[in-house]
Amino acid sequence: METVIEMPTRGALRKGPVAEGMARIKSNDIVTGDYRLMVLDAPPEMLDCRAGQFFHILCPTGESFRPYLRRPMSIYCFDPAAGELKFLYKVTGEGTGALSELRDGAEVNLLGPLGNGFTIREDWKNLLLVARGVGLATLAPLAKEAREAGCTLTAICSARTEALLMSIAEFEAMGAEVIPVTDDAGTSGVEALREVIEGRIAEGGLDAMYTCGSNRILTLLQDIGARHAIPGEIALEQQMACGLGMCHCCVRSFRREGGIVHERVCREGPVFDLQEAMGW
Amino acid sequence: MVDLTTRLGALTLKNPIMPASGTFSEDLADVFDLDCLGAHVTKTITREIRGGNPTPRVCEVQGSMLNSIGIPSKGLDYFKSTILPHYAAYETPLVVSISANDADGFARLCSDVTLPGVAAIEVNISCPNIEEDGKAFAMRPRTTTEVMEKLRAATDLPLWAKLTPNTGETIEVAQAAEAAGADALVVSNTLLAMAIDVRTRRPKLGNLMGGLSGPSMKPIALRMTYQCAKSVDIPVIGCGGIGEVEDVVEFLIAGASAVQVGTATFINPTVMPRLIDGLAEYMHHAGIARISDLVGSVRDEEAADGVVFMEAAP
Repeated sequence: METVIEMPTRGALRKGPVAEGMARIKSNDIVTGDYRLMVLDAPPEMLDCRAGQFFHILCPTGESFRPYLRRPMSIYCFDPAAGELKFLYKVTGEGTGALSELRDGAEVNLLGPLGNGFTIREDWKNLLLVARGVGLATLAPLAKEAREAGCTLTAICSARTEALLMSIAEFEAMGAEVIPVTDDAGTSGVEALREVIEGRIAEGGLDAMYTCGSNRILTLLQDIGARHAIPGEIALEQQMACGLGMCHCCVRSFRREGGIVHERVCREGPVFDLQEAMGW
Repeated sequence: MVDLTTRLGALTLKNPIMPASGTFSEDLADVFDLDCLGAHVTKTITREIRGGNPTPRVCEVQGSMLNSIGIPSKGLDYFKSTILPHYAAYETPLVVSISANDADGFARLCSDVTLPGVAAIEVNISCPNIEEDGKAFAMRPRTTTEVMEKLRAATDLPLWAKLTPNTGETIEVAQAAEAAGADALVVSNTLLAMAIDVRTRRPKLGNLMGGLSGPSMKPIALRMTYQCAKSVDIPVIGCGGIGEVEDVVEFLIAGASAVQVGTATFINPTVMPRLIDGLAEYMHHAGIARISDLVGSVRDEEAADGVVFMEAAP
């Protein structure tokens, strides 16, 4: 992991695998409700990303918001050819509030990409993802990787209302079959989802399942996964300070080898084995 | 060309910038070359494997932060098998931070980490002592003396005592540590603090209370650094809210021979190499040739001891 470089004195910065620097905002607009899409002009060293990784963002202090710590945010889209990095975020507190006030042309300090992304094993062909709300942002780049790996992907996208169902066009553009479900239509409940997923398994089988964000969906997928021996992964969130693994603030509990272990979401995650993850 | 080297007793560091324990690990090598630092300081190691505190372990408070991590540790064996060999690849001296919850256990661990590749041992005597109802060793001169005498007998390596701001006896504790054989003082650890979410009425930390660090801590740590430097003859290492070159210079003027940078690394992971370069540039422009020209150069000629050593604001 580490590179040891002979260097006599002084602090001249050397490039590690993780970049810290400025990126310019191309746009930062409302998508729907409290959701916003930030498009950044990012340097190439920040665009060697994997689906599921995150950036640690230094949110600026302004008149209304005064965040202090950086905020981790999963990558919604990265495009090395266009030099673009996108974040889809929900405005909920000091950090995202501060980000929402940034205008086009402003610069923001990013650290990343950080953490481990999703795995698509070579022998996996049929993939399923279940995402709800802002979790759609974390799972969106997986659609591109699935297509590049020659896999078929079914994306169950869940939200409170139809208006809050984001990214459906993006998933479809990447060749995914999208199954929208909403609380309004009564199609997003656990039992309704179970029926849809069991249907998929009966039809042609599933090789892997992916999710993030919802405890309810985690429990459901763990149950289905255990019953049919289907592996899976989950991207988890936790409050962070350093984002690099030094402070041990962002631990979560996991079941492993008959016991419970703590792992850092920033360093060992944010993507973890579905069955090892514990609800919260 | 300015000379950034600084003397800490028998140790000479190539510059006075080092990380504060708990805010640094080999993971930072992903961002810059760690060999630029004056010293490496490990996260506190305990003999046993410890899980740490419940989450949330961190929250922010108006331009600073609270943490209650609870010293998770993979134990002494992991330190010897994995952490120590990792740092052998660096030229920068390694300082190992240790802790234990009773004086004898502390001394045994101190002896066990007295190993080739370890340049100094920082003893985190700001942690709770179970033999004193959880009061930290460094809250009182008597418990400081007891633990430091045992630690001193356990190692020939330089021994740095990390003091706590949670005391009204800063000077007495500093002098007790010196008298018991400390080679340097690290001033200081975090200040016990609290934050409550008014909406849910729940404390913002899983452990209810935690340590304040960041810019809000700086004036307190600077005051303690000044008082310690005035009252002992061993070197003082300043620590608390340092994030700018001016902060480093301020601590040196107050009497620190080196500084530790902690919370600022969370905000700007490259802050330490930037401070090293910035300090050299500052000294060059100010016509200061050596770090020792700054150390303790505070102009306080008129102040009486009663003012310098006070423990309460008038």
